[in-house]
Amino acid sequence: MKPKFISMALAAAAGIGLATPAVADTKVGLLLPYSGTYAALGNDITDGFNLALELSGRTGEFEIVREDTEVKPPVGLAKARKLVLEDEVDVIVGIVSSGVLGAVRDFVDGAQVPLIVANAGNDNATGDACSAYITRVSFSNAQVNRPMGTWMAEQGIKKVYTLAPDYAAGRQMIEAFTETYTAAGGEIVGGEYTPFGQTSDFGPYLANAKASGAEAIFVFYAGGEAISFVKQYGSFGKELPLYGSGFLTSSLYVNAQGEAAVGVTTSLHYVPTLDTPENNAFVEAFGAAYEGRTPSEYAVHGYDAAMTLMAAVDSGASDRETIAATLPQVKYVGPRGPLEIDPATNNVVQNVYIYETVMDGGALTQKVVGTVEAVRDDPKGCALQ
Amino acid sequence: MDASFWILQFLNAAQFSMLLFLLSIGLTVIFGLLHFINLAHGALYMLGAYIGISVAAATGSFWAALILAPLAVMLIGAVLYFTLIDRLRGAGPMNQVLVTFGLIFVFLDLVRMGWGDVALGLSAPPSLAVTSDILGVKYPSYRLFIIALGLAIMAGLWITLARTQIGAMIRASVENGPMASAMGINVGRLFFIVFCVGCVLAGLAGVAAAPVTSATTGMGISILIPTLIVVVIGGLGSLQGAIAGSIIVGFIETFGAVLLPGFAAVLTYILLAAILVLRPQGLLPARGH
Repeated sequence: MKPKFISMALAAAAGIGLATPAVADTKVGLLLPYSGTYAALGNDITDGFNLALELSGRTGEFEIVREDTEVKPPVGLAKARKLVLEDEVDVIVGIVSSGVLGAVRDFVDGAQVPLIVANAGNDNATGDACSAYITRVSFSNAQVNRPMGTWMAEQGIKKVYTLAPDYAAGRQMIEAFTETYTAAGGEIVGGEYTPFGQTSDFGPYLANAKASGAEAIFVFYAGGEAISFVKQYGSFGKELPLYGSGFLTSSLYVNAQGEAAVGVTTSLHYVPTLDTPENNAFVEAFGAAYEGRTPSEYAVHGYDAAMTLMAAVDSGASDRETIAATLPQVKYVGPRGPLEIDPATNNVVQNVYIYETVMDGGALTQKVVGTVEAVRDDPKGCALQ
Repeated sequence: MDASFWILQFLNAAQFSMLLFLLSIGLTVIFGLLHFINLAHGALYMLGAYIGISVAAATGSFWAALILAPLAVMLIGAVLYFTLIDRLRGAGPMNQVLVTFGLIFVFLDLVRMGWGDVALGLSAPPSLAVTSDILGVKYPSYRLFIIALGLAIMAGLWITLARTQIGAMIRASVENGPMASAMGINVGRLFFIVFCVGCVLAGLAGVAAAPVTSATTGMGISILIPTLIVVVIGGLGSLQGAIAGSIIVGFIETFGAVLLPGFAAVLTYILLAAILVLRPQGLLPARGH
């Protein structure tokens, strides 16, 4: 607290001296989980957001108020109200869980406060429940998985067994994959939705998958469940090839899966080993700022949220109304490649990368084996245009 | 769905049962002998996993972690015993539940400070990170190790309680504390030893489960529900109850996932509700309660 106090005192003194107070121009509310299951994601997003401001030398322009959603929808809503009514922020950035996003959706829409979604992937948020005030820079569940269905069918994989946790995101990811995979001629020979957060033994499901006659498994799991699933898959001797949504082998926790993750092929909108000048610079800066850590897709969400916000401000946006109106016009090339906001849905349009987790020099890393460019979601009931 | 499929699923059920047994036995031993509901058991389980991961990282040996982490958890448990648990013994179940549930959150934040928020994993030792042929089925060796470990703990506790002098002293102290005390048994010290054993078992479960699952800061809370279900179905406080409860829940969850996948999560709760209505004391409760 002390350094903050001193800097505030200095800022105040400078303000008196120069008569042009260096007050922050834009007030940003970071609404993220800093405790609970997704605290690691909230911290990564915050780190990415701060890095973008620091690298641009614009930390002074943005005043940041952090609030913890605790990954609970009612808490998230209460904190969103606090940010809007009490702190009077110009823009809210964050939200990891689709449940929290669902809870705050009507409030930010009604209060006409721009919200930059930096993770939550629920398709509806940029589909039938879209809002002119909600812009998503992260991904949608369908966007990440649709390309994988087509790609797997093209690889000659004819029969697939699917697994995912039994909640909205799990179902949306599997449904998106199933849609394109069957359209491309593949067959889903079976699948289960496992009890979310209650399944510690995936052995019975792996045996079911093998007995189904499938040639491969396609799954979505994230966080602790992803670690458990991949490790147990490895312990049974990797009998069927494993494919999935890229969160399965996220760089955030792939090391906890160890050797079991080698050979798993997944699709995601960001891979830390992308060899582009933008990404190389980002990975280096992130490592230098945060003790050599590799940036995850979550850190990139935070980084790109800040980049799009700064781009909106640069093109003249200064208050809630103008920020909301300007965000959908943002286009830029970031760590994950070309990025633009689709004015029809306010969802991001981006490349989806298919990558394999490989062992290189004793460490796990990601090898990109396919790129599907500029993946755009259908409006699906969204009537922004 | 040939024979090997069913053998595989039977082994899965046996492995899951033993994992549940390892998780619930520490809680039930402490309750059965001390009449103390120690919800901090979940936190001790979590500490076992995290300390085990650190020990394995420092020594490079899973076996060192399997031995040292439970001992470290026991030391933490001993400190808790003298600072809190012993004072709460006469305070009634509501106070005990509130204080020990609060301890979960204290330890949760301590673990977050020490190890961070990112989920961690522990590798099985190389000798067990392979598959074995058993009854014509390829099965992960580490899962067979969990089955063996569960059976060994089961047998060890059974023999200690039923066949040894210390077992007789414990049983006497549980049946009638003042009388046992009058016979020259140091009841307080005996209970302290039992509490420590319960903590060792919690830590052991944490390390043993880590190569199968993952270590997350939420594991201490999420494990309480299945553990309490096992204990309630089997009967609070008895070794036989913990054995019966974990085998029933393990087999229902596994074969539920195989035969009635959509209902797998519900089946256990249906059984729990039926037990609470028809036989609230559980299937094999401790005597004298």
